[in-house]
Formats: sequence, C-alpha cells, structure tokens
Amino acid sequence: MQDKIHSSYKQLEQKSKYTNMFLRWFLYFVLVVFAFYFIFPLYVMVVTSLKTMEEIRQGTLLTWPSGLNFDSWLVAWGGRGYGAGDTFLKPYFWNSIKMVVPAVFFSTFIGAMAGYVLTKWRFKGDKWVFLFLLFGCFIPYQAILLPMARTLGVLGISNSVIGLVLVHTVYGIPFTTLFFRNFYVSIPSELVKAARIDGAGFFKIFFKILLPVSTPIIVVTIIWQFTQIWNDFLFGSTFSFGEAAPIQVALNNMVLSSTSVKEYNVDMASAIIAGIPTLIVYVLAGKYFIRGLTSGAVKG
Amino acid sequence: MLKWLEKNLPKIVMAPAVGLIGWFVYGFVLWTLYISFTNSKILPKYELWGVGQYVKLWGSRKWLIAVDNLLIFTALFLIFCVVIGIILAIFLDQKIRAEGVLRTIYLYPMALSFIVTGTAWKWILNPTLGIQKMFIDWGFENFTFDWLVNREMAIYTIVIAGVWQSAGFVMALFLAGLRSVEDEIVKAAKIDGANLFTVYWKILLPMMRPVFFTSFVILVHISIKSYDLIVALTQGGPGISTTMPALYMTQTAFHKSQVGLSAASAMMMFMAVAAVIIPYLYSELRRENAR
Repeated sequence: MQDKIHSSYKQLEQKSKYTNMFLRWFLYFVLVVFAFYFIFPLYVMVVTSLKTMEEIRQGTLLTWPSGLNFDSWLVAWGGRGYGAGDTFLKPYFWNSIKMVVPAVFFSTFIGAMAGYVLTKWRFKGDKWVFLFLLFGCFIPYQAILLPMARTLGVLGISNSVIGLVLVHTVYGIPFTTLFFRNFYVSIPSELVKAARIDGAGFFKIFFKILLPVSTPIIVVTIIWQFTQIWNDFLFGSTFSFGEAAPIQVALNNMVLSSTSVKEYNVDMASAIIAGIPTLIVYVLAGKYFIRGLTSGAVKG
Repeated sequence: MLKWLEKNLPKIVMAPAVGLIGWFVYGFVLWTLYISFTNSKILPKYELWGVGQYVKLWGSRKWLIAVDNLLIFTALFLIFCVVIGIILAIFLDQKIRAEGVLRTIYLYPMALSFIVTGTAWKWILNPTLGIQKMFIDWGFENFTFDWLVNREMAIYTIVIAGVWQSAGFVMALFLAGLRSVEDEIVKAAKIDGANLFTVYWKILLPMMRPVFFTSFVILVHISIKSYDLIVALTQGGPGISTTMPALYMTQTAFHKSQVGLSAASAMMMFMAVAAVIIPYLYSELRRENAR
C-alpha cells in the first residue's frame, strides 16, 4: 500500500512540474519580502548607529553610512565624560549582569528540584501542587506590584539589585518548574525505582541519574530565564530607579531624556547594546531558545 | 527524627517553591483584591469601603480609553500575527532552500526586549527623519506618515511594532504543528486529486486547531499585559490616546498615588487573564489525563 502511494505520488509530481516552478518562485518572493520586513528595523538600527547626526539629517533611513564610525557606541557605553546629566549604559549593563546571574541560578535550581519531586517522588495531590505553581506563569504582574513594592520596602531591599534578584527568582519558579517537570516526566521512572531499591537516597538519585541527562533542559531553562530577566522592564522600572536600575530601564531613560538635542545615533547604539546579549544567545543557541519559547508558552 | 526527615525529604525540598509561590503569587493577589475594596490613597488603608473603586474605575474616561485601546490592539495584533504566522509557516514548510536562515530572521525579534523594539520603531516612525522623510526624499513629496504623533492613529503604531515582534513566534508554533503531521496524509490527499491549496485549507489547517487555540491564548495574554512597548513607543500619548490597562495601573499607583483605584484596575486585568487562561489550563489538563 505504502509503495503504491509512493509511486503514484511520483507520477503526480512529474506532471505538475511547471505549475510547481511558478509556485516556487512566488513562494520565495513572499518569503524574501517578509524577511526584508523583519530585517529592516535591525538594519536601520545598525546603520543609524554608525552615522553622524549630520549624515542622519541629510540621508534617509536606508542610506549607507560613510564609514565605520563607532563614536555613538562609545558615547552610549561610556558617556561623554562630563559630570551631571551624562547617562550611559556601562554601569547599568553590569547591574543587569549582577541581577541576571543569581536570579537565573536560583530559579533554575529551585525549578529543577520541584520538577524532580513532582515526577519521581510523587505524593498525594502532586497534580494540584503542579497546577498551583503553573498558574503563576500566567498572572498579570500588575496584580502583585503593589504588595511587592511594600514587601521590598519592609525588607529594606527596594531599589537594589538584590531586591530584583528576589523578584525575578520568585516569578521565574513557575516557568522553571514547568520546564523540568515536563522533561523529567519523559524519563523512565524504572531507573529511579531500581536505584531506590539499591538504597540510593533522594539527592544521590538526582545527581547520579537525573542530572547527567538534564543538560538540554538546563540549557533551555537558562536561556529562557536569561532572556526573560534581561529583557524585563516592568519589575525593573517599578522597583528600582537611579543607580540600581537594570539596562532596559536605563535605555528607556536615555532615549526619553530631553536634556539636549536628540541624538538618534546614540539612541540606536544604546538599543543595540541592550539587545546584543539576548541576540547572541539566540543566534548561538536558537534551537534551545525556540524550544523554551514553544514549551514555556505552550504547556504540554 | 532522621527517619522522619528521610521520609519527608521530597516534601521539604518542594516547600520553598510552594511557599514562595503561595506567598508572592496567591497571597499578593489576595492582598491586591482586598485593597481594591478599600479607599487607599498613598498608603494602604484596611477598612473596607465596598466597590467604590470599581465604580470610580468604570466611570473614568482614561480607563475606558485604555479598555478601548486594549480591544483594538488585541483584535489587530491577533489577526496580523496569526495570518502572517500561518503564511510563513506554510511557505517554509515547502522544502525551502535556506529555511534555517529565514526562520532565524523571522524569529529574532522575539529575543529583543519590547524596550529595544519600541526604541527602534520610534525612530523609524518618527515623522521628521523616519519613513516619512525616506519617501519624500524618494520623490513622493506629499507623502505623510505621522501616526506616531496622531491621536487617532498612534495606537496602530503599537500594533505594527507588536506584530513585528511576535508574528515569528506564531510561525514557529504552526511550523512545529505542521511538521508533526504524517507525510502520508498529505500524499494520499494529493493522489485523490487535491491541490496544495485544498490540502492546507481542508485538511492541514483544521488539524491545527490546538495550535490556533494556543496562539490565541498566548497572544491575548501578551496583549493584556502589554506595557513596555507602549512606554517605549508613545508613553501612552499623544495625550492619553494610547493608554492601556497595564499603563493605567502603574500610573495610577505610582504617579497619582491612588493605590485603591490601581488595585481595582489590576484586578480587572487579573480577571481578564483568568477568563482566557482557566479554560485553557482545563483543556490542557484534560488532554494530558486522557493520554
């Protein structure tokens, strides 16, 4: 049956060769047009950041810059060197790093443990516990902003990187738990059962059996958490200002500040600097990025 | 003691996650709910005040504009993301050369923050030096494109930037869905004389119902929560013409110091999300139990 389908399919393919050729050109045309639409803003950002303001006023968005002029990048990163009102990204970039690294670590660790227990040490009502955690993926954070602001105040860590680490760790847990739980569900429980009979304990089983096969899901989780936390603006702008702000907040402040003449080249350089870490991760580990995206949003 | 510890170790390990989520998610939502029934201004007050804040909220012109904008944005954002996403997914599914490169290009905006996206589009849509100038310089002297500073049209600039950011994501979802369909189904249909269009329209797309459902839920969720993009692109302006609920909530809480009122608006957002998410979780869970 399969062979028959296959051979008559081959004949069919031959017949429609010419219609196919036209269709394929059309297909490529549409795909390339969309590719231009998606590339366009990135192109504009890069060329604008390499132009001088004079060039920007004279040319159009698409004009090629006269040379590789990285001045705006230097200004965006390190400022102009005068005191007051000189905002630049360098300190905030480091704030973001100091915030992202511990928050990603803690949320990934807690999520791995939770996913492990929920799949390999099942207890009565564990499905409800999972659902209880899962709902945290979906709440609009506006519903927790007010009490969170007060809590951070009471703890004495409002407007600090530590406060943001706490916030991002907590609200990352539902996602990290989801990732690890869905991954560990597919690992046969027989292995764990056998190890338990052999007398291996809770942590030994985790470190000897599960952790060695967890690399893909750890990568997915770290990339997801890194992207989410690096790109966050709501928590950053609500719970920090001034010197403790993460990079997205600083970028927004820089672009909105109207102290002098608008310098679009510096704005674009800043935007690229703020976007480059996640872009690099995406280009290097796109496969894992997409896996996180589809399973982080699409449960099951 | 040691025995007890050993027996309950899994639950003890589970405790931080459950405790943190219990406190910071459920506890906080309940706190916000409670505060929405009080007359709190700068500081929270704990005497109950009834539904006054909700009455005030739905009588506020700014909130009504925010809700109106949310409806417009959600509808357009959904339609464009899904249509573009499906077209790209189907086209990419035709054994295209350089598929990997194209896919990377369609999806990279997802890696950028809304602030970066907003900053870029703000510059592109800028009426003096952006797209408008480009077309004028090309010889279309009467070309105007001032949506960003036009009260009536500014909301659509947010749609443009939002679709740019998220359409690739829908493409990825549908591509994964299409790839999971058995090859034989398509081949058999073609032998029966169905052309490519019919195969997709009559067979494959109807099979993609769960993907439609998922995209719908995620996109609505993104749009209800949308905040960063508006801050970066329009700050809710010109005037208050592009205010959306999330922006209304933070402005009311942190600039106007109307904590009770902003809690009420947060609860309205919470209910809107719950109305979409709970049926979704329910159906997902049923599917999983059926497996």
